[in-house]
Formats: sequence, C-alpha cells, structure tokens
Amino acid sequence: MSIIRYEQTQGKSLGFYALVAGLGAFILAALGSVYFMEHNGHHVTGMSNRIVWGMPHVFALFLIVAASGALNIASIASVFNKKVYKPLSRLSGLVALALLAGGLMVLVLDLGRPDRLIVAMTEYNFNSIFAWNIILYNGFFVIVGVYLWMMFERRMNKYSRSVGIAAFTWRLILTTGTGSIFGFLVARQAYDAVIMAPMFVIMSFAFGLAFFILVLMASYKWTARPLGDATVNRLSNLLGVFVAAVLYFVAVYHLGNLYLAENSGVENFILLDGGIYTKLFWYGQIILGSLVPLALLYSPATKGNRTMLGLASVLIILGGLIQLYVIIIGGQAYPMELFPGKEILEGYGTIASYTPTLPELMLGLGGVAVAIIAITYLVKFLPFLPESLADDVVDPHHKK
Amino acid sequence: MEKTINRRDFIKTTTATTAGVATLATGITLTTFVNANENPVTNEKRWGMLIDTNRLTETDIDGMVGACQKEHGWGSDKLSTGDQKASWIKKLKVKDTATGRISNLALMCQHCEEPPCVDVCPTNASMKREDGIVLVDKHLCIGCRYCMMACPYEARSFVHEELTDQKEHMPRGKGTVESCTMCVHKVDKGEQPACVASVNSDAVIFGDLYDSSSKINQTLKKVQSTQIRADLNLNTAVRYSGI
Repeated sequence: MSIIRYEQTQGKSLGFYALVAGLGAFILAALGSVYFMEHNGHHVTGMSNRIVWGMPHVFALFLIVAASGALNIASIASVFNKKVYKPLSRLSGLVALALLAGGLMVLVLDLGRPDRLIVAMTEYNFNSIFAWNIILYNGFFVIVGVYLWMMFERRMNKYSRSVGIAAFTWRLILTTGTGSIFGFLVARQAYDAVIMAPMFVIMSFAFGLAFFILVLMASYKWTARPLGDATVNRLSNLLGVFVAAVLYFVAVYHLGNLYLAENSGVENFILLDGGIYTKLFWYGQIILGSLVPLALLYSPATKGNRTMLGLASVLIILGGLIQLYVIIIGGQAYPMELFPGKEILEGYGTIASYTPTLPELMLGLGGVAVAIIAITYLVKFLPFLPESLADDVVDPHHKK
Repeated sequence: MEKTINRRDFIKTTTATTAGVATLATGITLTTFVNANENPVTNEKRWGMLIDTNRLTETDIDGMVGACQKEHGWGSDKLSTGDQKASWIKKLKVKDTATGRISNLALMCQHCEEPPCVDVCPTNASMKREDGIVLVDKHLCIGCRYCMMACPYEARSFVHEELTDQKEHMPRGKGTVESCTMCVHKVDKGEQPACVASVNSDAVIFGDLYDSSSKINQTLKKVQSTQIRADLNLNTAVRYSGI
C-alpha cells in the first residue's frame, strides 16, 4: 500500500453551508420540540403509562447501536489486520463518536427530568443495566478518543493496534449492554430473551456500516476525491453479510419464542395479527429493510452500482429504525401475561395504542442531524479523510 | 450607616443560604416518614396485604380506588388522556377461561421482596425500605421510566403534566415516576393504608407478614393464597385468595 495522505475537507462551498444550514434547521426543530415536551410535560407526546418508551427511544437506540457498529471498520483494520480498511479507520472512529453523541442527546432530552442529568452521573445503582450503560457510553467516548489519537499521532501509531483491541472489546460489551436493557426485562414476553444481546451486536454491524458507507460515499463525492471500487465493493459485500446475519438472528429469536407456549400470544401479535406492527415487521423490517437491500447488493444487475449501494444503505437504516420500532413499541403494546389461563375482561389486557407525535419524531431526527453535523465539521477541521481512496492507492496490487 | 453589599459578600451569603435550604429541604423530605414514628424502620417487619377476591365486591374496589385518589391526590389529571392518566390502583375483572368463573380484584404495586423496578433503576430512586415497602425517591428520579418497563404489574405511573394543589405528605412531580406507597405516611403512624381502611369487611387485611400474632399472618397460615406472577419469584407483599 502506498502512503496514505489525510487531508481536511475545504468546507467553503455553497453545498457545505447548505448542508450545515439544513442540519441546523433539524437541530433547532429538535430543541424546540424538547422545550415543548418538557415545558408541557409528556402528555403532549403519544407516550403513556403503557407505552413508556416511544419514538425518541427508537432513534436513540438506533443511533447508539449504529455507533458501535460504525467502529467496526477501524476494528477490522487494526484488530484483524486487514490493510485495505486502514485508510478508513479515522473516519470510522469519528462516525462512531458522532452517532453515539446524537443517540445520547435524544435519550437524555426525552427524560422526564433532563435537568437532573447530574444525578445520573453521580448516583449509580450497580445492579442496573442502565447504569452500566451510562459507564459504557462514557467509556466509549474515552477509548475511541484515545484510539483516534493513536491513529492521528505518528509517534503513537504503534499503539493503535492494542488500543484498537480494547476499543473493539469495549464496543462488543457496550452493544451487549444495550441489548440487555431489553433482554433482562423478565416480566415482558416480548423481551425476556438472552438472544437480544447478540442480536443487537449483529444489528449494530449492519446499521453502523450502512451509515458509514453513506457518509463515505457522500463525502468523497461532494469533495470530488477519488474513491475506488476496491474499497466500495468490499464494504458492499460486508454489508450484505451483516444484513443476512441480522435476518438469521431475527429468525432464531422468533422461532425460539414460538416454541414457548407462554410467548405464543406476543409472537402471534408481531407476526400475524398485530395490525401496524405486523405490517411494519413484514413489509418494513423484512422486505424493505433486509430482502430488498440483499437483492440490490448481490444481484448481478445492481451489484457494484454506487447508487444502488446507497439505496440499499438507506433501506437498511430505515429497516433498522422499523425493527427497533417493532421491538420497542410493539413489545410494549402487547399486554403482559398477568394471569396465565385467565382472561382479563376489564382494567388491563388490551393492546396499548401509540401514535407518535411530531415533536417526538423531530427530537429523533435531531439526533441524526447532530451526528451528521459533527462529522461534517470535524472532517473540515481535522484530517480524517484520505485525499484519495483510488484503487491503486489503497491496493498497490490492484489490476486495472 | 447604610450597608452596601459587594459581589463577594453576595456570593457568600447566597451560597450559604442555598446550601442551608438544600440541606433542610432534603432533611425534611427524607426523614419525615420515618421520624413521624419514633421507631426506626427495620427488616423485622414486613408490611403486607391479603385481598380476598371472594369477599371483595366491585363497590369495595371502587371505594379502594377512590380512597387512594383522595389520600394521595391523583386522578384529577387535566391534560393527560387515556393511558397517560395516573393510576396507582386498578380494578381488574378476570375470567377463568376453562370454567368461566369471574373474579374482581384490586391491582397496585405488589411491594416485591425482589423488586425488578429497584434492580433496574439507574439512580437508586426506586428503593425498598427495610420493612419491604417499595417507594420512589422523587428527588433522585430522572424520569427514565425503565422501572415502568421492568414492573411485571404495570403498577407505576409517570406524571405527564404539571400538577397543582398537592397533598403535603405526597409530593408528586411532573416528569417523575410514582406508585402505591402502601400509605407509608400512615403506616409509620400506626394507621392502615387508605384503601384498606375504606373496605368495611375483612376482604382486605393489612399487617406485618412476619408477626405470628398478626391477623394477616394467621389468615395466610389458614387459607390458600397466591401471588400474581408467582413464577417470577419476586415474593410479593400483596397476596390474593380466591383466584
């Protein structure tokens, strides 16, 4: 591999300012929504005592999960020593940090009392998987920050592998922790499954990579830097493998649940007669978010086409959001089994309804905007992007 | 001589005052319940309730809900709708799918010995007193609602709107989580919870589960009783007979 030269983006074009202005508008809308929700109380949202986590949590968890996945590219380079991915490592670390920041912003701003964030920082219940997650998220910022430093500072390059291994281990634990937020909820039929943890890890691989590919392709296109097929096609193949792996985990999760009679109610609800959740599961998550992208990535007609790869990545992200919607909202909407063998006629036991409101959606989109704006500015101020990712730069043995 | 106050003095005084008020305020809230009775709360007692669904009428349950609302000041939500409304205690009608037998019961926080809400709370706001009563410390609750996700009984409510005219003994706050306190403020004074007192028969018995001379202990020794979701092994303090 020839020497990779990293360079800041110019960030002076009209396009740059248009992008920043657009993202800024989303962020302002999110902050306005937060003010509206916190000032009035959560009664202005679609959330209730039955659907306690709503649209903001769908976005927050998506971003947090994708964050750890975006770091994979750097991990493949430093932990598994794949040299082709090395030039992408800095951007991988940056996208990971930006996504996590966006996700945490949404999570915190949806709290009933976001002003008490200091309490969450100072009062820890070590039995709580949530408290563990707070430590894991903060640690992720520190470790990935150090990792980036090792990559940027030539004298420190020699340590980047060991820090990379630490970061890789940490991100696996982090996503396990995020999945366990649901996996450990023993009372709820939709969640009580240890497989949630590894499933979230695999979901992070797919969502994070899809987001990374979009950022990579957009930034190289908009800055008119060369981006070769050797890099893009490799990422595209990897993305397909991850999407297929998510499908496998989803299948095992549902088959496992179907086997237990106590969970057949909630399984029927999600898979067969849950109205909007069933539709979202089959049409959104499975067809639109998994099968169509797989076809786009692997069918000879579309394989290697950048527009189709971009489309597949967008669909995987949408499918991911839908998957989290089905898990989070669908899982709460179905009532818990309070009296096995009995039917509840009154007082409880109906399907909880939820209609997300605009402020909730804007808060979630604001988190995405924060992540993108952070990336947009940081690639302008620090040399994250190689000036060329042309095939002969990335891979000297590349045959033209 | 007119006293002028400079910036340093101002900061000094306000800091001292703020610290003083904060200490006092925390002191009052955290100790009110315990100090109302000179006896400290210990794990030698475990407060519990036995609800006999064979004797409990629908009117009784409505009375229990009403008494709870009156005691704690919930139930007059102005802006919250549907499931957003506070609900510390619910009336449930349950039918056996095989026999068709119908039972009515009141469902509230079951005050588990191993409460999932306490396990998952990141800030220790959900807590269990030594005597088994599960409470939310409204000063520590950040409103994350993870406890509501974890509770097997959906017994908790999130305050979805600004509240006014609150009861002195029951501070409630927008953006925090709340649930049945087993009327800890009354229990500490040797009284019965409001819902129990509202029932004129022995359909609901309240007392110390550990005290072998207590009515609840003696009744539980004699009658068949059950815990809701006993499979979760949470060892609830609220027991039911007749279902």
